[in-house]
Amino acid sequence: MQSGSEGTPLLKTVGLTKVFGEVKACNGIDLSIAPGEIHALLGENGAGKSTLVKMMFGVLDPSEGEILWKGQPVRIGSPGEARRLGIGMVFQHFSLFEALTAAENIALVLEEKTPISKIAETARKLSVDYGLPLDPNSMVGDLSVGERQRIEIIRCLLQKPDLIILDEPTSVLTPQEANKMFETLERLKAEGKSILYISHRLDEVKRLCDTATVLRHGKVVGHCVPREETASSLANMMVGSDVETVKREGAVPEFGKPLIEIRNLERPPATPFSIPLRGIDLTVRAGEIVGIAGVAGNGQGEFFEAVSGEATQKRADIVSLNGQDCGDKGISGRRILGVGFVPEERLGHGAVPSLPLSENMLLSRHRTDAKSMLGPFGFVRNAAVRSASKRVIGEMDVRKTAEDPEAAALSGGNLQKYLIGRELDRQPAVMIVDQPTWGVDAGAAARIRKALIALARSGSAVLVISQDLDELFEISDSIAVMHDGRLSEPVPIAEATYEKIGLLMGGAEPGHMAFEGVKEEAGA
Amino acid sequence: MRIELIKRPQQSALFSAVSPLLALGLTVLAGFVIFSLLGKPPLEALYIYFVEPLSETWQLHELAIKAAPLIMIAVGLSVCYRSNNWNIGAEGQFILGGIAGSLIPILMPGFQNFLTLPLMLLFGFIGGAAMGAVPALLKTRFNTNEILTSLMLVYVAQLFLDWLARGVFRDPNGNNFPGSIRFPSAARLPEIIPSQGSAHLGIVLAVIAAAIVWVMMKYLLRGFEVKVLGGSPRAGRFAGFSSSRMVFFAFILSGGLAGLAGICEVSGAIGQLRETISPGYGFAAIIVAFLGRLNPLGAIAAGFVLALTYLGGEGAQMSLGISDKVARVYQGLLLFFVLGCDTLIHYRIRLVFGDPVKAQG
Repeated sequence: MQSGSEGTPLLKTVGLTKVFGEVKACNGIDLSIAPGEIHALLGENGAGKSTLVKMMFGVLDPSEGEILWKGQPVRIGSPGEARRLGIGMVFQHFSLFEALTAAENIALVLEEKTPISKIAETARKLSVDYGLPLDPNSMVGDLSVGERQRIEIIRCLLQKPDLIILDEPTSVLTPQEANKMFETLERLKAEGKSILYISHRLDEVKRLCDTATVLRHGKVVGHCVPREETASSLANMMVGSDVETVKREGAVPEFGKPLIEIRNLERPPATPFSIPLRGIDLTVRAGEIVGIAGVAGNGQGEFFEAVSGEATQKRADIVSLNGQDCGDKGISGRRILGVGFVPEERLGHGAVPSLPLSENMLLSRHRTDAKSMLGPFGFVRNAAVRSASKRVIGEMDVRKTAEDPEAAALSGGNLQKYLIGRELDRQPAVMIVDQPTWGVDAGAAARIRKALIALARSGSAVLVISQDLDELFEISDSIAVMHDGRLSEPVPIAEATYEKIGLLMGGAEPGHMAFEGVKEEAGA
Repeated sequence: MRIELIKRPQQSALFSAVSPLLALGLTVLAGFVIFSLLGKPPLEALYIYFVEPLSETWQLHELAIKAAPLIMIAVGLSVCYRSNNWNIGAEGQFILGGIAGSLIPILMPGFQNFLTLPLMLLFGFIGGAAMGAVPALLKTRFNTNEILTSLMLVYVAQLFLDWLARGVFRDPNGNNFPGSIRFPSAARLPEIIPSQGSAHLGIVLAVIAAAIVWVMMKYLLRGFEVKVLGGSPRAGRFAGFSSSRMVFFAFILSGGLAGLAGICEVSGAIGQLRETISPGYGFAAIIVAFLGRLNPLGAIAAGFVLALTYLGGEGAQMSLGISDKVARVYQGLLLFFVLGCDTLIHYRIRLVFGDPVKAQG
């Protein structure tokens, strides 16, 4: 607080409110950022963090309230206007064209007409200066996520902003890459620039930020100095109640026979920008939970499609589920073997947004439960489908506003509980889940993790793909890492550390393409 | 100033239901303006357009004759559009159905028994379905845009029919007029109530088709598959449904029904294969499908409305000397208003004034 109170704040919001329909995404937000500070914006998914910064950056129009820039009230109508004022932003989802080079992408946002070669030269200099090495002439489509983020940061710095907004910058980085970025941020702060740092990773915030504003349900619930708080006191502020952590039972249980066997799985890239899978081997035994960690976009999505049978393999013996070779079978054929799948995207992949929950029940169960749910000529037995839906809703404590609402009407956490429950209801021998708690509130996440552990303890094999390392450490019996379409050997949880997994996420295994920094650290 | 469409958080159930009626009302209103500008008495013109064609029993039969093909085609199209496949070539599938069904009476005029008509209808369905399968094949194999290919095939079908009717299928005793021999009575679709008017069994078949397809969409797994793949292809793949099989299903069903409508028109209303057999039914049925909210039962009501614009257009041409192209204008306006109303149910308009962003203080 103290650093914000002296002099005029660089940016101040007074009663800033944004209403979408009847929902107040941001409700009377007061916030002030002093020159030369790193200010954290904390909150769970859906707390209104992104909406707030979009208003600051001119992407959204505030419904009420005002923004003061260096003491003057301003109306920021577009990102261009924000840049002219001196506000730069690095988005969570990058806004880069994959088919253009780094320099061309940078040129797109600069307003004056400078030749590309000159921009490339400036960008190269700047990137070396700040310790973010970058080849301006490389094609964005060929770059790793970390490198793409560097382009965004350099692009932002080129415009000499006074305030830099970073929206969850480390969610796509390995721990080592994140460390490098923190050094850059410290340096920017030393130059007198202010940084608004959005994150829900509390240890980062404690380490890096001078002050913090915590949002919950669109309202400010507190200002604090993160260094004076503990991780759990910050978490309580964000969630509003004590967070339940899932405890694994003491002794490592005995595992049974292998239920998931993947043998040398290869998959050529389906589109120019997707990741090929290279020689993946994996075994998951009955009673075991194996976690797959990795930076987003290293082939996890492609891997899920290959294992689920949305993309089939040439030979049956490449994938074996529940003791049967099924590489040549589609997703329905694999489900019949007793396998449940939950994909990463809830709306549009795991569920059809415009259909009611009960019809979404049929989506993954119409073949496995054909006997109870379908009659002659494929007549749908609505009563059976609805009762299954009710059972899942009760079992997983799905909260909803209507009797049988559209999938899109549920919050992320509740829909995810439903989709997990839809598969658990069949008591699958094998369960494969991609990002089980992505964008899910803490309560629902704990409920989902518990259910997955309970399923494994009852003798099923569970494979969890996740970018959330904390989650994987919490529930997995061993963790494998996916990098650049390859999968590492699983590391038993007793031997796994954040450093070890982090190095693997950076591609530290011999024979892999690695980031230069990581290579040095791994070698040291 | 710029105009923005902002998604409404909730759609009004009331306005979703009355939207087609609203569109109809706006079309009538627009008609009023058009007739005034043309210098015709607007009220009288509207009366001739929308009321007079309903005033006598034989006219109701005419209405049913026009409505039958519109409904039958639109029922298939509504399934096709629900599955997110855009078949714009129903006109061509209609023509090919007419040709395929006519093969029996033209090539085997002696084959006259109780099987003649059912076989003709079957051939008509197959002909239309085969025509529909072409854009489906091109879409699944070569990833072509089905809107373009299905539309372009309409011109192929029209010219093929023209060539047949003037060439190989021309009646040798027909005084060199284009057109095949007149079909024997065993190859004619019977009239429903011959004493009252000339409506043939086509309208009955159309209503039966609508009912069957409605049951499929509402109660069968296949209907669910259409909705899922149309709403979210990726979720459809996750469900284990094949989107390329759905492309074929949608095109074969909608093409087949268009072909059935084609042979019904030829063997019912016309009685021979001519160089033109459709006043644009295949295109007007697109409007019917949307006016009926892509619901097979809705298509029945919408089919009669569109049929009325055809009859009204003929009436206005005779009584007021207005070009029958006005009927096409009406159909276009109707589609415009239907889509407009639907858009405004889902979105509201916001006008944003002023120069974006200057410091206010």
